This record gives sequence, structure tokens and C-alpha cells, in this order.
Amino acid sequence: MSAATAAPRSGSPSARPRRGPFRNLSAKIAAIPMILTALVVFAGGTLWTIFYSFTGSRMLPKETFVGLDQYERLWNSNKWLIAIENLAIFGVCSLVFSLVIGFLLAALLDQKIRFEDVFRTIFLYPFALSFIVTGLVWQWILNPEYGIEGVVRAMGWSSFTFDPLYDADIVIYGLLIAGLWQGTGFVMCLMLAGLRGIDDDVWKASRVDGIPMWKTYLFIVIPMMRPVFITTLVIIAAGIIKVYDLVVALTSGGPGIASQVPAMYVYTNMFQAQNLGQGLAASTMMLLSVLIVLIPWAYLEFGGRRRG
Amino acid sequence: MAEPGTGALGQVDPDAVAVDPDGPRGARPKPVFSRRNIFLYGTLFVVAVYYALPLYVMVVTSLKGMPEIRLGNIFSPPVEVTFQPWVKAWSQACTGLNCDGLSRGFWNSVIITVPSVVLSIIIASVNGYALANWRFKGANVFFTILIFGAFIPYQVLLYPMVILLRELGLYGSLWGLVLVHTIFGMPILTLLFRNYFSSIPEELFKAARVDGAGFWGIFLQIMVPMSLPIFVVAMILQVTGIWNDFLFGVVYSKPSSYPMTVQLNNIVNSVQGVKEYNVNMAATILTGLVPLIVYFASGKLFVRGIAAGAVKG
Repeated sequence: MSAATAAPRSGSPSARPRRGPFRNLSAKIAAIPMILTALVVFAGGTLWTIFYSFTGSRMLPKETFVGLDQYERLWNSNKWLIAIENLAIFGVCSLVFSLVIGFLLAALLDQKIRFEDVFRTIFLYPFALSFIVTGLVWQWILNPEYGIEGVVRAMGWSSFTFDPLYDADIVIYGLLIAGLWQGTGFVMCLMLAGLRGIDDDVWKASRVDGIPMWKTYLFIVIPMMRPVFITTLVIIAAGIIKVYDLVVALTSGGPGIASQVPAMYVYTNMFQAQNLGQGLAASTMMLLSVLIVLIPWAYLEFGGRRRG
Repeated sequence: MAEPGTGALGQVDPDAVAVDPDGPRGARPKPVFSRRNIFLYGTLFVVAVYYALPLYVMVVTSLKGMPEIRLGNIFSPPVEVTFQPWVKAWSQACTGLNCDGLSRGFWNSVIITVPSVVLSIIIASVNGYALANWRFKGANVFFTILIFGAFIPYQVLLYPMVILLRELGLYGSLWGLVLVHTIFGMPILTLLFRNYFSSIPEELFKAARVDGAGFWGIFLQIMVPMSLPIFVVAMILQVTGIWNDFLFGVVYSKPSSYPMTVQLNNIVNSVQGVKEYNVNMAATILTGLVPLIVYFASGKLFVRGIAAGAVKG
């Protein structure tokens, strides 16, 4: 993997003296799909969405400008506020737990243990499954009648209550359980790759100095793995903001509107409630939250590289 | 779960951890049942059980009859094994008015996935090759936009894509969905191919240039044959990703051509009728089967595929 990160070479034919629009023509033709995707879909689509989020579009896009009305309505909508609150709880918990659990599992697997492949295969398989499958399985396991609650009650503890999917106060933690089950294996893999990238000499040196293992991890290895942590963080965060399928499968946003998430709010307004402008305003807010995560990262990553 | 893990590591004698076989002390025989080992394997085993449990529950539930599900607990193995739920899930389960089971969704997913995977890999590999070996002015600008595009929430681009597809006359059709998958798969695949092609020794490329090979000649005769592993990685990434897609399936296809994930969700989360949990679980396994087979068959290549997302460009 480390070999694959090499930067593109600069001594390729681009360094030749030939100039003009027809130089390197095949490459330009070959790159047309990429250029179109980048310009038309990603840049154009984003600008389109931002532009029309300032209009009063209902069923079809219309150029009737209403200023910030859509945003005002958005932030006065109870549903949206619940969605944002859910996303915040889900996001913070997911980030913290998946990083901690992922790192601990990776550290355990890094102890030169036997059957490492078997364990890794088991920890990672949920990541191959879709959020729909994940959501439906956990819906069944968390079923109050037949699932965990039913099983514990049948064992004699008849007052035991664990029904996160039907309790509006804790439904978001039900989502968290399912989400973590699906995603921690992936974090573990990234962390494991990071741990394997630490030079063995670091471990030898800390052993010679008699530093306990947990201290080596905490004060030497983890700081050395900072780039891995940051990259992982950005990837998880970008994924969390998009979370949709999992909620659809697990709770359909319920009970009531207790497990609404922004992506669901966008979908409902755009394609079901015929409230396009509102959906576009909500999706623009989602974009904004991604930028809040992304810009500091890009600054650290690319700004830092340029200086270095 | 997290607490005992740290505790265990804290007590470990650092000497016991990384034994270097070439070290001055040689291999020191160690007891198999040391406290460290019991803690380490014990923790891993417990965690492994937690991860494996849902798969086990799915399989067990799908093999029981409904009376047994109502009486027993979800973790107990089936007393009487029946494959009826599987048959029903595949060929009789109802979504709305259609009662021809998940088989319809399965075939829809197949005819969506195959062209999407092929097309996206062809386009992304050529893009990656152009970026790695034939950089032209402005290439990096487009590439940067593309990579940032990977982070744009799909919700932002859902409606513009609807308009684009409508203009192209592809809205609601199979090829519309294929195009959507190709476009949204492009950032990560292009990054993957670009990084791989950049790591191929430059001398090969230069030698081929001297011999008079052009853009396509070098690509088809040198780059592609040398990069088969990365094509497999890209395939794994795309097959699982597209098969598991739900959002695009809902937005860009008609009910008659819904992919398997959408149909599964409609079957299980439908509000009418008596819930048949065994059929639901059989249907869930059936939907998860393709990515699971890909995962178990591909082993380390899968890990490489998903880690590609974390590779910095």
C-alpha cells in the first residue's frame, strides 16, 4: 500500500517542449469523462443546488427567489432540529467509539497472535454488508418481543427493558449499536495498517528503555499515527453526515420522527412532499457541515505539505 | 468491552510482546496459557462472538418455522430445520402487488451491477492512466475537484442528477442508473488507478515510448497486463458498493426495476400483513450473500480495496 501512495511522476512526457492545445491530445480525450464529471456533476451540480435553495421551488425547480426563506423555515422546523440533534449525538458517539474500539482491536490483533486472519475476517465482514441488511438484522435482534429483551425476560428477569427501537429517547443509540457493528471493522483495518507502518525500532527502543507497553502506545505510537487518525476521522465523519439507508431500514425515522436524520429530511422534501426548495436548502446545510469537517483537514494536509 | 482490553495490555511484560527470532536471546519458550494469552485471546473471542452473532441469528431464524420463532428465543438453533422461508423469500414474498419474491430484485441488481462495474472501471482506469503518465495542463485541477466531489453528500447532487438524466433521456432507465454509479464511483476508482499506475517503474513507460508506442498502445499492452491485481481490487470495491446501494436505486429507478436492497427493504418494512420473521431473515441473507461471497473469496484484496479510500493522493 505504501508503494501505491507514490506521487505522480513529473518527468513524464508533459515535460516535453511541445506546446499547444493538441499536445497530449489522446490523454485529454481520455480524461473527458473525468473532466465532465468534475465540472458538470460535482461543481455544476453543487452550484445548482445552492442556487435553487434560494428559490421557492415546490414540485419543479422555479426561479422565484425568496431569499433566505427556505433556510428560515428549515431552522424553524422541529423535524430538522431533531434530525440535526440526532446527527450530532450519532456522529460524536460513532466517531469516539469507532476510533477507540477500532484502535483497541487493531492493537490486540497486532500482538503477533495466531489466527489473526480469522479474527480480522470476522471483525470486518459486516462492512461488506449493506446498511439495509445491517439495519434489518438489528431490527430483528432488538425486537422487544422476540429479540434480546424477550430472551432476557424469558430467563426470568421479567422487568428487563431494552427496546431502543421503540423508545423515542434512546432510539438513536439503537442506530449507534447497528452502525458500530457495521463500521468498526473498517476502522480497525485502517488502524492496523497504521500500526504496521510504525518502525519496529520504535518498539525496540521503548523496550530497551523499559517503558510499559500501554505507555508506548499512548505517548509514542498514537502520536506517530496522527495522520492515520485524521484521515480515518475525515472518512468516518463524511460517512456519518450521509447516513440514510441505516435509518430507513432500522427505524424508518421512527418512532414518530424521533430518529430523523438530515439525509432523510432532504429525501422526503425533494421526492415525497414536493417541497424541492426546502430539500435543497437542507442539502446545502449538509454540504456546509461537510465543509466544516473538510476544510481544516485539507488545510492541514495540503497546506502543510506545501510548506514542508 | 474496551476497559478489560487496556487493562490486559497494561499488565503485559513488554519482553513477551515482540520476540524477534533473530534477536540475541533466541526464541524463548513461553507457556501457552500465560495470563497474557488468556486475556488476549479471551477478549478477541468475546468480540468475535459479538460480531458473528447477527449472522448466526439471521441463519438460525431463517431456518425455523413461525410457530417455533414465537415460542423459542432467537439465539437457539432450530429444532426442525425448514427451507420453506428461503423458497418463499426467493419466489413468493410480496412487495405491493407483485408477489414474485426477491428473485426479481436479484436479477435487477445483476443487470444494474454488471454494466456499472465494467463501465466505471474502464473509464476510471483510463482516467487514472492519463493522470499518472500523461499529465496535461490543468489535469490536477480537475482531479482535485473530483476528489473533493467524493466528500459532497449525495443529497446535494441528487436533484441535479435527476435533471441531467432527464435531459439525456435516461431517467428511470437502467442506463441512467449505470451512469449514476459510474459517476459516483469515479473519484475513488480514479484515485486508486492513478496511484497504482504511478508506482509502476517509469523506465517501462519510457522504453515503450522509445519503441514508438502511443497512449493506447502503452495502456493496453503494458499498463493493463501489469495491473491485474488493482483491477481485481477495483472490481471488489465496485461490486460490493453497487450491490449494496440503496439511495440511487430508490431515486433513479422505477418500482419494476428496483435493485435487491430496495425490494428487500420494501418486503421487510411493509406495514400490511403478518410479519414473517423467518422469511424476512432469509430474504436479508439472500441480499447480503453476493457481497459476503465476494468478501470471503477475496480475502486480503478486499482489505486493500477499502483501505484505498484512506490512501492519500
